[in-house]
Amino acid sequence: MATLSKDISPQQPKRAGRKFWRSLNPYLYLLPAFTVMGVITYYPMLYQVWMSFTDYGLKNLRFDAPLPNYVGLTNYINIITNGLGLSYYDFLRELSFNLFWTFSNVIIHVALGILIAVILNRQGLWFKGFYRALYILPIVVPQIIVANIFRNMFDADYGAINQGLAILGKVFFGLGPNVFHIDWINQIDYPVSWIPLTLSYYALLITNVWLGWPFMTIVASGALQSIPKDLYEAARIDGASESQQFWKITLPLIRPAMVPAAVYGIVMTFNLFSLIYFLSGGGPLRQTEILVTTAYRLINEQRLYGVAAAFCVYIFFILLALTLITNAITRATESYDA
Amino acid sequence: MPNQNKPTFFTRIRWYFTGRSSTGERGISMWSQLLSQLFLLLVATTVIYPILWVVSMSFDPRDISRPTELRLNPFQGGLSLKAYQDVIKQPTANPVSLGQLMFNSFRLATITGIASIIVGIFASYAFSRLRFVGREVLMVAVLTVLMLPAIATLPALFVLLNKVQITIGGTVFNLRNSLLGVGLAVLSGSLPFAIWNMKGYLDTIPKELEEAALIDGCTPNSAFLLVTLPLSTPVLAVTFFLGFMSTWTEFATSWLFLTNPKDFTLMMALYNMVGQYSNTTPWSHFAAMSILIALPVTIVYLFVQRYFVGGLAIGGVKG
Repeated sequence: MATLSKDISPQQPKRAGRKFWRSLNPYLYLLPAFTVMGVITYYPMLYQVWMSFTDYGLKNLRFDAPLPNYVGLTNYINIITNGLGLSYYDFLRELSFNLFWTFSNVIIHVALGILIAVILNRQGLWFKGFYRALYILPIVVPQIIVANIFRNMFDADYGAINQGLAILGKVFFGLGPNVFHIDWINQIDYPVSWIPLTLSYYALLITNVWLGWPFMTIVASGALQSIPKDLYEAARIDGASESQQFWKITLPLIRPAMVPAAVYGIVMTFNLFSLIYFLSGGGPLRQTEILVTTAYRLINEQRLYGVAAAFCVYIFFILLALTLITNAITRATESYDA
Repeated sequence: MPNQNKPTFFTRIRWYFTGRSSTGERGISMWSQLLSQLFLLLVATTVIYPILWVVSMSFDPRDISRPTELRLNPFQGGLSLKAYQDVIKQPTANPVSLGQLMFNSFRLATITGIASIIVGIFASYAFSRLRFVGREVLMVAVLTVLMLPAIATLPALFVLLNKVQITIGGTVFNLRNSLLGVGLAVLSGSLPFAIWNMKGYLDTIPKELEEAALIDGCTPNSAFLLVTLPLSTPVLAVTFFLGFMSTWTEFATSWLFLTNPKDFTLMMALYNMVGQYSNTTPWSHFAAMSILIALPVTIVYLFVQRYFVGGLAIGGVKG
């Protein structure tokens, strides 16, 4: 225990010792977390890099099993040249689908989120509280449960989506119920023949839009409420129209809040395992498989631990690049504005 | 304005349509009001549609395995709790009760949640307040793990935890094939998140409070324990809850690790009731099960979300 009187005592060696312990203090604070993470996070990560250069498989799993063979870069090469023996597997297609999936989702989330936030923040709107309370639901219901519910909702025979569409079609267009026997999950043909996206992609997109926009609305609402009202007043006096006010005042001023939210959305959507695994299962014919679901299949179904490790190393570097690029872009645009 | 003459009915109508009032207040015109209401109501319908569907299916008294017609009103034709009774008794073909599954998920979520805040808070404090050699490097090390999805470290965790095997009198304990192993694997991803989340909050607690404590004779360590730690109770609670919720609904790791039905978690049971395995499961069971899993965390989340949803920065809960 340090007291003031000890501090001013002239004994040099003791002081040096105390100083040494002082400088060690931060590391004592870090010790618990980094011991735990060293054992269960960083050691496995390094071990995984070693694994990625071996043919680690089922035979090496046992406690007393022989060490796996060193295979060099074979795993890495097989992954990008599609030599894994998985049917319909195509690394580049999967990577580009993953990126397209991410950006198509986040763009819709942000646009819809801002649109709804702007409408909700109009002065004199009725039932604001009601809508706010209701719109929080997609955030608070666990995502994985939503994925399950939508999996059954998109069922071709008994799902609520087709049944709802059938009712709408009957009321508005007089169509029979068989028109809406849509096989959302399993149809292999592309609904729009020149866009290489299966129906299951649209089912996933609908589900994830349902899940994603309320978060963006909350972020945008917070930013909207901090915009001073007199800015709009001044713009109106100068004769600016509603849309001019939106593009020149609202959007630039909520951007600092929306950009981090969008970056967060990009990272989360890029790795959205549970939704895809539960809803489409990556199907049909691996058309909606993303990198993390493939990595999971390599461990869980193929039991190719070495290959899976190499795949995860790829994921690491792709994510690193994605994060650095999005950060660079957002920073660049920020300085452009300032 | 109370001291002004009340506007006549017709003036009011004119304001609604033009969006202007003589008092300078600017509302929205009647047309925009109606259009906005229409749009917001449409959005509200899409939000509530799946929830109504699943709730009314879980209460369906007809005890059918597949819904052949749309039913969105839970009270239509009377409520039945049979699906809930069946699910509580035995949700899947595996001989485990819902109580056992819930107990497993609850244990897993509570212990990993508590462990992540207890182990993490000291590191958060060090990153937030103390200056030391290697601070930046270590922070990047934490952020790197934060960026990675949980699945990206699963191959090594599976292999390594599988090697820890103890034989106690005939029974073999394999760390990989146990809830403890799943907990360790989950903690490896949730600990960095906890550290980062708590650091962000500690940054907002004024340093002056600790400095005042130091002047009053506290040591730096007791200033942390007696001043900063009590003030950070909200973030401890929120971090615990976020960790709890992500583990409560954790699927990938437990599905990969566990083979003994006695250890199964709620999400594993639910996966057995949906999709390719669901041929024999009545959908009313699936609906009741979904609600039983989601309801506890959803209610808590509803109460606490206002404290953090808007401010969540990069990182987030891994799942």
